[in-house]
Amino acid sequence: MDKKETLIPIGPYHPLLEEPEFFKFYVEGEKVVDAEVRIGYNHRGIEKLSEAKTFDQATFTVERICGICSTSHPFAYVRAVEDISGIAVPERAEYIRTIIGDLERIHSHLLWVGLAGHFLGYNTVFMWAWKYREPVLDIFEAISGNRNHYGMFKVGGVRRDINDIAGLLKAIDDVESFCNMLLKAVIDDPVIKARLKNVGVLKKEDAIAMGVVGPVARASGLAIDVRKDHPYAAYDRVKFETIVMEGGDIFNKTAIRLLECVESAKIIRQCLKQMRPGPIDAAVREVGAGEGIGQHEAPRGEVIHYVKANGSNYPERHKIRAPSFMNVPSFKRTVIGESLADAALITAAVDPCYCCTERMAAVEPETGRVILTGQELVRLSQEKTEQMKVKLRG
Amino acid sequence: MMAMIFNFLIFPGFLFAAGAGLLATWLDRKVTARLQYRVGPPWFQPLADLAKLLGKEIIVPEGVSRSVFLGAPLFGLAGVTLVSAIIFSPAPFVGDLIVVIYLLMLPPLAVIFGGSASRNPLSAIGASREMKLVLAYELPFILALFTVVLKTHSIMIGEIVRYQNLSGLMIGSLSGLFAFAAALLAVQAKLGAVPFDLPEAEQELAAGPLLEYSGAPLAVFRLTRAMLYFVLPAFLAVIFMGGGLDPWFMLKYLIVLTLIILIKNTNPRLRIDHALRLFWGPVSGLAALAFILAWLGK
Repeated sequence: MDKKETLIPIGPYHPLLEEPEFFKFYVEGEKVVDAEVRIGYNHRGIEKLSEAKTFDQATFTVERICGICSTSHPFAYVRAVEDISGIAVPERAEYIRTIIGDLERIHSHLLWVGLAGHFLGYNTVFMWAWKYREPVLDIFEAISGNRNHYGMFKVGGVRRDINDIAGLLKAIDDVESFCNMLLKAVIDDPVIKARLKNVGVLKKEDAIAMGVVGPVARASGLAIDVRKDHPYAAYDRVKFETIVMEGGDIFNKTAIRLLECVESAKIIRQCLKQMRPGPIDAAVREVGAGEGIGQHEAPRGEVIHYVKANGSNYPERHKIRAPSFMNVPSFKRTVIGESLADAALITAAVDPCYCCTERMAAVEPETGRVILTGQELVRLSQEKTEQMKVKLRG
Repeated sequence: MMAMIFNFLIFPGFLFAAGAGLLATWLDRKVTARLQYRVGPPWFQPLADLAKLLGKEIIVPEGVSRSVFLGAPLFGLAGVTLVSAIIFSPAPFVGDLIVVIYLLMLPPLAVIFGGSASRNPLSAIGASREMKLVLAYELPFILALFTVVLKTHSIMIGEIVRYQNLSGLMIGSLSGLFAFAAALLAVQAKLGAVPFDLPEAEQELAAGPLLEYSGAPLAVFRLTRAMLYFVLPAFLAVIFMGGGLDPWFMLKYLIVLTLIILIKNTNPRLRIDHALRLFWGPVSGLAALAFILAWLGK
């Protein structure tokens, strides 16, 4: 290393994010002058694993990609499989999917707000946010039998029905009032404001250039939300607002997440009221051959699953793009020039989820040289395209 | 001679301050836990933690100066022990405010020495933050204490206590109240409690200056911190609310400690530049205002 700055490692052994990642901050005094991020400590090969499972089994596999937003991957995956041969999902199942998806948004955002408080050294917010997240997990347990990994999704519908509508409506009211209380407590706190305002600003043009998604993009003034842009499930049948803010700093990201919790509560309430009795499963027998794409607005942003089927019972190719993969590189634009005290918080502000993001690199064992880099893959893909063109011409 | 050794080692010095300090940290942990909907530890937990640390291996990083690295914690412990012996000393001639201000500098200096000697970038940054913080809070702290001196016309702690017994508590006057508020914030920083726990900032610097410490030296640092939890609030109580080791004094001490715990639990950590601005701006201003009010006899 020929850099003169001090290297501050925030790595797998640092009690910052309790997830396997490694940040290198180069600091001069307290100012961060350069940053690198390294992931790949926990690559599990889910995409390959999924190819060895039947379409039905793969739903459970992708659910285990992430422990926090555990329903967003099955949501996108089942939509991708249904997309292959245009399977129609019963209306009641669509509503239940929407309810599960947005309940998850509430618990995920509350979890992040708690962690943000912890990163600020404000452990009271940490404990309170997690306390108020607990009723959401209880609702999940009541619906699905599990606090996490609900196992609710299947190709063509959902596995369990929601029966206790009145009880759920009351529970949602409680959750909403908690969220409103937390919103007021956090937004009005002058010291929190001093710590978060104008810190880690992601400008709109940077947000576009980095291709960020979800609350990170919406905090920078980009009004993107799959639920609005390409409505699916029951999202076109309920009224809700996409929260967009202009600042791009951590304060905006916090406020957006809390406001989205309130919107999610509204969505769930409408779904519960509009739901009509009916079947919850289309009883799919064949998936057929072809390709399908499924999107879902996960708590962290748009998640995309691509599934290719060859008519057998197994996916031939399964490709997953998690939102954190788009959001994590924005550190490079937000952290440089800030103080070390804020760096930890800025890296956490995109709500990174490393288990979703894990990628691997191929290395030649003898030389340690990384093979199959980005450029090489682009070159390989272009060569392949040329071959295909040649083949097509005959 | 025997009396002095007794004063220093047992009462009101080392043993007394250590016991009271460990109980104070327990109270801090328990109240914090209840505020956060947790159960909290049993009363002997700080003592158990200390005993456990004392039994652990002492690791000295490669290439550091052993004498500085291992001497720093003892240096701080000696400082806080002396302060405790002085504040409650039966012999009035040592009870001098300026000596106390000097001695209270020793624990932060120990942290700075230890952190700088650790040869770890996180420790070095923590030590530099501690240094900046000391520079920030010393001015308002001294200003606030000299408000008391101006009012009581004495730098002897015994005299200050007697003045308050005769003509009312310091905190009862406007200048005394302002000075108390400024001194309380400085004490919060001296204790390294949120919002001024920047040197150790768990989430940014792991443990900062204490990162490389283990075993007995770490236990000594922890004990020093615990004793400060008794000595500093007690010092404020003596100076601003009158002294004497009686039940009323315990109540005054608990009021100060509760204030510190509440501030700690209702604030996020400040950034070092915010902390400097806060101490040199509003807090120093408040202390200066108290000084002027005392000058005017308020």
